[in-house]
Amino acid sequence: MLSMLRTLWIVFRHAFRRRVTYQYPEQPVPLPPRWRGRIILTRDPDGGERCVACHLCAVACPVDCIALQATEDEHGRRYPEFFRINFSRCIFCGYCEEACPTYAIQLIPDFEMGEYNRQNLVYEKEHLLIDGPGKYAGYNYYRVAGVSIGGKGKGEAENEAPPVDVRSLQL
Amino acid sequence: MNVAGPSFAETFVGQLVIVTSILMLLLNLVPLLIWLERRLLALWQDRYGPNRVGPFGLLQPIADMIKIFMKEDWIPPFADKVVFVVAPVVVVFTGLMAFAVVPFTPGIVIANLNVGLLFFLAMSSMGVYSVALAGWASNNKYSLLGGLRASAQMLGYEVFMGLSLMGVVMLAGSFNLREIVEAQRGMWFCIPQFPGLIMFLIAGVAETHRVPFDLPEAESELVAGFHAEYSGMKFGMFFLGEYLGITLISAITVTLFFGGWLGPWLPPVVWFALKTGVFVCGFILLRAALPRMRYDQLIGFAWKTMLPLSLLNVLITGAVMLATK
Repeated sequence: MLSMLRTLWIVFRHAFRRRVTYQYPEQPVPLPPRWRGRIILTRDPDGGERCVACHLCAVACPVDCIALQATEDEHGRRYPEFFRINFSRCIFCGYCEEACPTYAIQLIPDFEMGEYNRQNLVYEKEHLLIDGPGKYAGYNYYRVAGVSIGGKGKGEAENEAPPVDVRSLQL
Repeated sequence: MNVAGPSFAETFVGQLVIVTSILMLLLNLVPLLIWLERRLLALWQDRYGPNRVGPFGLLQPIADMIKIFMKEDWIPPFADKVVFVVAPVVVVFTGLMAFAVVPFTPGIVIANLNVGLLFFLAMSSMGVYSVALAGWASNNKYSLLGGLRASAQMLGYEVFMGLSLMGVVMLAGSFNLREIVEAQRGMWFCIPQFPGLIMFLIAGVAETHRVPFDLPEAESELVAGFHAEYSGMKFGMFFLGEYLGITLISAITVTLFFGGWLGPWLPPVVWFALKTGVFVCGFILLRAALPRMRYDQLIGFAWKTMLPLSLLNVLITGAVMLATK
């Protein structure tokens, strides 16, 4: 009985505590930097598209919400002809981000994606692609990958030596 | 009020005005209480509660009411239709009837009965029919079990509720609620009848099926109970009855133990409303703080603890009155 009265008193005192509610639309909700929200496609620091259209994100996606078509530019550089994410299916698991070998696809702290029309939840490349590098500011896949691409031969990238002609090593 | 005078209140038109205004007041009080309950619960849980619809969220109950009226009026095909419809009406009807004997002020009382207190007890006993019939008419085993559970609880708490008030009746020497209030001019009965007050409050909480005695509802573990088959406005009627019950128990507590309308400076109505409001908030605080009781504890508590204690209270009150005569 006494413990009940004590309970009542403790609960009553909560009337004078600070509220824990965020008054959401007026007051923004603090999201952690690793929050898995809206998906974006990023560019490398030199302004080129990071995505090389390897389809790994589409394969990793458990709900098959990513669709893309690979193509090549005049330098032999692969990029997606179209890149489509159906956010009405997406479960924001982040597997695409983990699968991506070039840090191109990223999930960012934003959840305000409500739409009145379901069709509007299908985002095309123009909606997904941003102008910045996202989370990995200095990273450019082609500067560390070793492949030859238009404007950059083999061995010209960072931490790379020029290729060795193995036959020249023979006696 | 002084313009009309007491003679106006005694005329037929005066009675009609009083009855209508009290009815309107009570029925409009219920949505307000729902809002108050949600805001206060939120307050004690470090939240805000409904604060969007209208100023301070005051229009929230109106939005809820529109919703509940728009809902489909569904009667299960297997139910006993007439009883199914009547059951929720009974609880509201008895709740409103009991207010007939509550003296709001010396002038404003609908029926100044000699046996006002007995009338109140009778009406709150009638409420059991609502629960039992609702459970029975639903023709569903879970509803029936819920109805049985609720009826057993209400019967158990009914008995010592009446007995706990006998001390007050003995001190006042009357069953008339207005005379009981007048008898408290010297000292409120909450002091000499403190055990009676506690017992009456416990019985009152159980009678209105509120936490910690809300076994009849028990949303979280027992799938509703007697109102499992009810929806829409018929469910709303049970809700209405519950909140009328809270107001009624608070008003009766104030009348019997806290001097009703008595109080300095402020007009009697204000004192009555203030005191009643405090008890309504108390009901909500109970809900915010306490867990639900186990069923065997609930019934055992009523019959093995409270009933003997209330008898003892009557005995001691009588003995003290004899000794001090």
